[in-house]
Amino acid sequence: MDVLNKVPVREQEPEVRAKNFEEVCLGYDEKEAVEESNRCLNCKNAQCVKGCPVSIDIPGFISEVKNENFEKAYEIISESSALPAVCGRVCPQESQCEGKCIRGIKGEPVSIGKLERFTADWARKNGIVPKAPENRNGRKVAVIGSGPAGLTCAGDLARLGYDVTIFEALHEAGGVLIYGIPEFRLPKQEVVAKEVENVKALGVKIETNVVIGKSTTIDELMEEEGFEAVFIGSGAGLPRFMGIPGEQANGVFSANEFLTRNNLMKAFREEYDTPIMKGKKVAVVGGGNVAMDAARTALRLGAEVHIVYRRSEAELPARVEEVHHAKEEGIIFNLLTNPVEILVDENGWVKGMTCIKMELGEPDASGRRSPVEVKGSEFEIELDTVIMSLGTSPNPLISSTTEGLDINRRKCIVAEEENGATSKPGVFAGGDAVTGAATVILAMGAGKAAAQGIHEYLSNK
Amino acid sequence: MYPIVKKEKLADKIFLMDVKAPRVAKTCEPGQFVIVKMDEEGERIPLTICDYDREAGTITIVFQTVGASTERMQYLNEGDAFQDFVGPLGCASELVEMDIEELKKKNIVFIAGGVGTAPVYPQVKWLHEHGVDCDVIMGSRTKELLFFVEKMEKVAANLYVTTDDGSYGFHGMGTNQLQELVDQGRTYDHCVAIGPMIMMKFVCLLTKKLGIPTIVSMNPIMVDGTGMCGACRLTVGDEVKFACVDGPEFDGHLVDFDQAMKRQQLYKTDEGRAMLKLQEGDTHHGGCGHCGGEK
Repeated sequence: MDVLNKVPVREQEPEVRAKNFEEVCLGYDEKEAVEESNRCLNCKNAQCVKGCPVSIDIPGFISEVKNENFEKAYEIISESSALPAVCGRVCPQESQCEGKCIRGIKGEPVSIGKLERFTADWARKNGIVPKAPENRNGRKVAVIGSGPAGLTCAGDLARLGYDVTIFEALHEAGGVLIYGIPEFRLPKQEVVAKEVENVKALGVKIETNVVIGKSTTIDELMEEEGFEAVFIGSGAGLPRFMGIPGEQANGVFSANEFLTRNNLMKAFREEYDTPIMKGKKVAVVGGGNVAMDAARTALRLGAEVHIVYRRSEAELPARVEEVHHAKEEGIIFNLLTNPVEILVDENGWVKGMTCIKMELGEPDASGRRSPVEVKGSEFEIELDTVIMSLGTSPNPLISSTTEGLDINRRKCIVAEEENGATSKPGVFAGGDAVTGAATVILAMGAGKAAAQGIHEYLSNK
Repeated sequence: MYPIVKKEKLADKIFLMDVKAPRVAKTCEPGQFVIVKMDEEGERIPLTICDYDREAGTITIVFQTVGASTERMQYLNEGDAFQDFVGPLGCASELVEMDIEELKKKNIVFIAGGVGTAPVYPQVKWLHEHGVDCDVIMGSRTKELLFFVEKMEKVAANLYVTTDDGSYGFHGMGTNQLQELVDQGRTYDHCVAIGPMIMMKFVCLLTKKLGIPTIVSMNPIMVDGTGMCGACRLTVGDEVKFACVDGPEFDGHLVDFDQAMKRQQLYKTDEGRAMLKLQEGDTHHGGCGHCGGEK
């Protein structure tokens, strides 16, 4: 066995997967998982656990994989995470658990993400579901939003015996796992729906099609429907645009719209009614995970796709694996490039984009070197579709309809990091609604902290 | 599931349904909208709320068959159900928020075009119930497409019905009728226009000239309807607004209608293909661009 390197994971060949929506990564089989688990040093003072926002007992579950006791391994993960099959697929392991792995000092770290995924997939295929708690206290808690933060918070509270109802604005539970992250990275029926079912198996109720702030309010939930505490995990909100000329043209979409049409509404499948624009030549503006998802989706719908990003490759906020996969599939990266105008034909459709070359200047407040325009370097590219993936700003629906809920100058809900408490008694918050757009696992960490915060609050009430 | 408790065909391709949705019925106000999705494969379709019954927990919707999903929706009957029905979305009509005594002093005219008559009705009814009189001009292409005439008569101070072809009422369009009323000496200081974008555009051009402040209800393409996707963005004055959270009602004199109408064309080709496929059913053999039947 080569202890310095990860057991390679099988993937669909780039030229094949570029034309389908099947999952890219095929994951480990039992033999591969056991082999990889043997690379774990089972550190006494495990650094990987410190890198995990939900503190999974990583050496613990990997030891059980070594022993081929996969059910026990799943039980250990389930103590800390409600969504292991999701996290094993979408967490940025390189900057979290695997980034801290001692094995990684010399050679590659243990493939913790792939082992987590294997364990969760094994449990699902073998029909293992988490056990519902025996003792229930009957106290009602409302959770707003069924994304990673909400599902985690609800799952933890249900395990503690609370009577939890999740309110979801869309018609399907899962939040960004359903509308945002594409099928080829995170299968919806097979993985997301099953993990949502597992949360329901703990006794959590999910009511879809309820927009808090419109259908009802937090104050009404607490005063009229008997909820003693509320967790807000409503996610990020309105998409940002650049404010450049031509942005309202036909063929300019937010990444949220493009991905929602494709993922939630399943526009890529012929039997579904929702249309999506299948461009011939598409530019995705931005360099985050959402930009990679939008680019790889447009590619699968048949387009030539360019990522247009104003900084260099080193600054791309997307996970290394996503950038690597995107390149393998044939996405063209136009780095150090920034749009200045979208060119529009006489009928109002996108026909191209004027861009300007950038160079990196001094580091800014975030420590990243800020891009500066290179004078006179404008050039045009021909396009029929532009997808803006520039992040989101918070949705005011909840903050504007809830008495006494403080927001900061970025319009995010103000909440304590350690327990999710907001300025309003009994109301807790976490995830993108608090931090602005971030990752699935950070939202889960916040949901977990808030569940503990709610438990303490209600225990002392 | 959200059961259909009543269905009525109002005119050719125009249907009314009362749908049981207690949470929506409890809090909705005139001017707001809902999003309906008939089944797993259906689109999310935004529809302005036409009426509501808080006690029965029902919402009245009116829709015209224009795309693949509404084409299939017309075959739903009493006893069937929508898989999804969410709302109320958007902001309530400005009139609902205004002081009643102030409203009573105003001379208000509503101009409804086509299926836009449906969302105008609850506003006029609400005003009538609150003792505020207003005039209503409602029009359609031809007599067969008119609906709600009797209902509207009961709540409007004066009702003027127009048809483009003169088959019923005033021969002409709503704008012609408004011009005529103004020429006859009638004065209005507030106008609400709801209907096809092209109609709202021309109403606004006229009322701008006549100096009558005008509110329009915009119906752009939407997906989620909660402020997440940005599909419904419009230019209003110098600002980009999202119809789903900032609207659907806006100051008509500030809306960039030409841009909004171009944006509405976005999926017309796709919708046309989907309709063709649906209408041809099993006999479908190409032309939709998807099935490869033409090869």
